[in-house]
Amino acid sequence: MSRHLISAADLTREEAVLILDTAAELASVAGRPIRKLPTLRGRTVVNLFFEDSTRTRTSFEAAAKRLSADVINFSARGSSVAKGESLKDTALTLEAMGADAVVIRHSASGAAHRLAGWVTGSVVNAGDGTHEHPTQALLDAFTIRHRLAGAGQRGAALDGVQVTIVGDVLHSRVARSNVLLLHTLGAGVTLVAPPTLIPYAVDSWPCEISYDFDAELPKSDVVMMLRVQQERMTAAYFPTVREYRRRYGLDAGRMALLPEHAIVMHPGPMNRGVEIAADVADSPRSTIVEQVRNGVTVRMAVLYLLLGGAEEAA
Amino acid sequence: MCAVRPELSPGDRADDAGWKAVLSPEEIRRALSRIAHEVLERTHGGDGVVLLGIPTRGVPLAQRLAARITEFEGAAVPHGSLDVTLHRDDLRLRPARALQRTEVPPDGVDGKTVVLVDDVLFSGRTIRAALDALNDLGRPRAVQLAVLVDRGHRELPIRADYVGKNLPTAHREMVRVLLEEIDGEDSVLLGEGER
Repeated sequence: MSRHLISAADLTREEAVLILDTAAELASVAGRPIRKLPTLRGRTVVNLFFEDSTRTRTSFEAAAKRLSADVINFSARGSSVAKGESLKDTALTLEAMGADAVVIRHSASGAAHRLAGWVTGSVVNAGDGTHEHPTQALLDAFTIRHRLAGAGQRGAALDGVQVTIVGDVLHSRVARSNVLLLHTLGAGVTLVAPPTLIPYAVDSWPCEISYDFDAELPKSDVVMMLRVQQERMTAAYFPTVREYRRRYGLDAGRMALLPEHAIVMHPGPMNRGVEIAADVADSPRSTIVEQVRNGVTVRMAVLYLLLGGAEEAA
Repeated sequence: MCAVRPELSPGDRADDAGWKAVLSPEEIRRALSRIAHEVLERTHGGDGVVLLGIPTRGVPLAQRLAARITEFEGAAVPHGSLDVTLHRDDLRLRPARALQRTEVPPDGVDGKTVVLVDDVLFSGRTIRAALDALNDLGRPRAVQLAVLVDRGHRELPIRADYVGKNLPTAHREMVRVLLEEIDGEDSVLLGEGER
């Protein structure tokens, strides 16, 4: 693996499968009386969060702590960043504190990539603007493989799995990372969204586009609902929430169109009653809670593979 | 033990490339039968014994010992595998390694007599890692160690309870264990260091 995890596109198929296999082994740690491994003892992981994200930050924190790394949480609010410090100066400060890995969440697309040029440690992108969120894609792939392949999953990719990603693709880094990673792993991806929420250069993405949710449902093994990101919506992308829900929301009636084995995913946090109905979110086919649990395991695998061994010659 | 296990290309035989067979398939079979008897003797009939193989080649060895013990005594012996990668002390010397399976029998290890099974005992560092890994899984009543080959050169105060063969070696020599389940044949090979 390369030293950083910036984009899901950086991963080869072999590397992605290695991360999923490693996570599958680490998953057993969660069921043990002592949920801790000594592997990253003496290493320091800095969580550098310029955007609020309790869920991702705590997931990375739990992952690092289960591997015995020291964790420093650095949030932008009430820190030197609020006083106007630049990303570069913040990076140099962390560097001076001896960070072996920096997990960064930033509102600007490309922030993780810039940071990787300034620090000697590993950089893990935990979401940069509307660009990418690779560990979310990895945990989604892990969840899909676990649910659909079951016990014989080791070494397997996702060949032939049909994934439909629905909703606000335009503002979603999760969608982009998922499209790239799922394509690498051999799955087919279809994006379903109102035309206003499809990004401009989507024809260069390795996926299909559709505007008809109902037509895609019977062919899908996985339906991944995206959150309607009202905080990023600066213009009117659809007339009303009610109309959005009618055309692109997943309710019990739509779920009945899915094949028997199909699963429903959501990266969270979800807007119940907007993109996903409450009874769908709570159904046994929904993997939403599982995704959170798998998030810790997959992030442990990423941290282990980035930090666990010797630095490879650059 | 990876350092003593260079990959042979499939065509490599014991007689070329400087590898010398030190244990034949029959000798391996007899050694494992003897170890199985010794385990039964030392543990008074194998009560509460759990065999845990250390990947890669300790796992099929543990399976074979379990089968042997069942054959001799009639009772099934729980067996599994214990990956020690995350507890190794040389993680930082090489790039991160892929993890192997850890499978603990459903009854766990608490209060049991755990017999760790590995192919070659060399520096003892793998076993130290295994003891740490075991510590995280529970509290066995006792831990014992069975190895197919003890080649000496310990770097830690660790010794085996059951040894298939004591094999005096030079430090730079390499020992390779081949097993039917993984390599398609049973054999223990001794080779010159510089390959």
